[in-house]
Amino acid sequence: MIETIIFYVFAVTTVVSACAVVTVRNPVHAALFLVLTFFTSAVIWMTLEAEFLAISLVLVYVGAVMVLFIFVVMMLDINVARMREGFVRHLPLGLAVAVIMLGIMLSVVTSDVFFMDVGSEPVARAADYSNTKALGGVLYTDYVFAFEIAAVILLVAIIAAISLTLRKRGKTKYQSPAAQISVRKADRLRIVKMPSSEE
Amino acid sequence: MTAEFVQPDLMPALPEMVMLAMTCLVLVVDLFLPQEKRGFTLLLSVLTLALAIGAVALVAPASAVSSFGGSFVLDQLAVVLKIAVCAITIMVFVYSRDYLADHDIYKGEYYVLGLFATLGMMVMISAHSFLLVYLGLELLSLSLYAMIAFNRNSLRSSESAMKYFVLGAMASGLLLYGISIFYGITGTLDLTQLSASVKGQMAEHPVALGFALTFIVVGLCFKLGAVPFHMWMPDIYQGAPTSVALFIGTAPKIAGFAMAIRLLVDGLGDLQVDWSQMLTALAIASMALGNVIAIAQTNFKRMLAYSTISHVGFILLGILSTSANGYASAMFYTITYAITASVAFGVLLVLNRKGFEAEEISDLSGLNDGNPWYAALLAIAMFSMAGVPPTVGFYAKLSVLQAVIQVDMVWLAIVAVLFSVIGLFYYLRIIKVMYFDKPMAEQTTTIKEALDVKILLSANSLSLILLGVFPSILMAYCILAFS
Repeated sequence: MIETIIFYVFAVTTVVSACAVVTVRNPVHAALFLVLTFFTSAVIWMTLEAEFLAISLVLVYVGAVMVLFIFVVMMLDINVARMREGFVRHLPLGLAVAVIMLGIMLSVVTSDVFFMDVGSEPVARAADYSNTKALGGVLYTDYVFAFEIAAVILLVAIIAAISLTLRKRGKTKYQSPAAQISVRKADRLRIVKMPSSEE
Repeated sequence: MTAEFVQPDLMPALPEMVMLAMTCLVLVVDLFLPQEKRGFTLLLSVLTLALAIGAVALVAPASAVSSFGGSFVLDQLAVVLKIAVCAITIMVFVYSRDYLADHDIYKGEYYVLGLFATLGMMVMISAHSFLLVYLGLELLSLSLYAMIAFNRNSLRSSESAMKYFVLGAMASGLLLYGISIFYGITGTLDLTQLSASVKGQMAEHPVALGFALTFIVVGLCFKLGAVPFHMWMPDIYQGAPTSVALFIGTAPKIAGFAMAIRLLVDGLGDLQVDWSQMLTALAIASMALGNVIAIAQTNFKRMLAYSTISHVGFILLGILSTSANGYASAMFYTITYAITASVAFGVLLVLNRKGFEAEEISDLSGLNDGNPWYAALLAIAMFSMAGVPPTVGFYAKLSVLQAVIQVDMVWLAIVAVLFSVIGLFYYLRIIKVMYFDKPMAEQTTTIKEALDVKILLSANSLSLILLGVFPSILMAYCILAFS
């Protein structure tokens, strides 16, 4: 009973905040609504006993990705008024695409070409069952090769991004700490002998 | 149910581990090298590949072994293809050195990305689950996108990298879509379990299976470059630096062949009636369009791209015949095509100099007057691509056609022969240009000759004749892989 109530409360919040992401005018508010959507989805995962996924969703998406998003939104001065231009003009086309998409989805869901009878309803695990431990068990045995290759792909992405964008500019003024530290008194200070002015 | 922590057998993946460790070493060592010592990076990269070949030979099993919960397999097919991929990458690295130096892109990242791409290919070759196939493919593609855009001062390189990136991402998406539907139907990503599950589902859900299969075939044929998913190839061959075009045009074809065998034959063998029909249409279209459009090209790299498309048609012929003999001859065809293409691009790289980008067919005119040896090497490659005996191209075509005739598709063999005859024209035109045309003014300067490049290129080209006379050297391994 209590689980059902929790599910409906958070499911409704998820849907409402997801709609708000695309409808509110202020981009910062939209980003914050996205945070709320992620958070409530994490709770729904929690009710499905996927604790590890729920926690990593909050940690990774809410904690890191969304903060980055908000930074970007605040730093880029997006001209909202110009982006809204032509809303009425493009409305018919957008509606047509939406209707076609809806029709296709309905036809797929209602037809018997794609079916939903595979698999049985999952059973609840015992209270001491550790989702994280089970994931770790396969992640570092059966999937360790795939896991490593995924890491290599990220490494390649870093190398590619740096090698394609790093340019040495001749005119940039930058400090050379090594040269600064190794400087000696004689390089900077010149002692000039002057006759005393008192005489 | 807490899973027992069972250590997977790491030994079969030794070549990949050697490759990864050494590549990271190359990456770090290169940072500390001054520009004039860049040759050491090349040396270290070649050593990496040689060590990987050694590791493959060391762990080569008598019968297929699998590890990592069945997602990784090391069999005869994987051993032969991995050695071929590493050997061809060595040639690519050596040939490209002078070109990179002349175009001011002689940097360690070229080798690092090339090595990572090779690692991706090795993963694809050994993959026995959708997950690893996809990861290997992405590792390969991501490295290639960056390598194409490597020459940042060239607008054309950036354009073709962008094209390849967008189209490649779309093809990956299509492949993933197919994979996700198969996962929905069978509930597994593992190719062995998938194969067993598909058998049971065939009567119940034929439409959904066909639907998913279509996406897989489309994604696969995009990566191989079969018509009508070939549009990216001519632009990328032309736009990419020639050293990168050499890489794209050779080793990844072998990985693509491995992917086709793993997915279609190993995983979806029960749907072979369906995919064999699809591949028939694609093979005919590839041979027709590739050979006919190649005639109209004036750019040598574009011509090679269309020639690749027509050769992909031949490779598909071998696969679609759905017999062990057909697969073996397709494998033979793929490996020898990669060797042949590396000669053609290699000679083109030798002709490049600072400030002169040899890529038009007219740039080859009168090559025989100044450099008879390189002209002869290129001529051998052209004869091999055209399929003239005694070069290996003849035997490769012959064995594919034989496999097609064995499964009673004589009409298909006739179509293939007809288009090969059409293809003969543009290969012979290159030979005519090299031997009978007057050299152009800017070509009178003698080309720079690095001894190691010359020796390797000569050995590479002469191996085409050697393999043509004694095809069993390689064919024996190909047959063994599918027996």
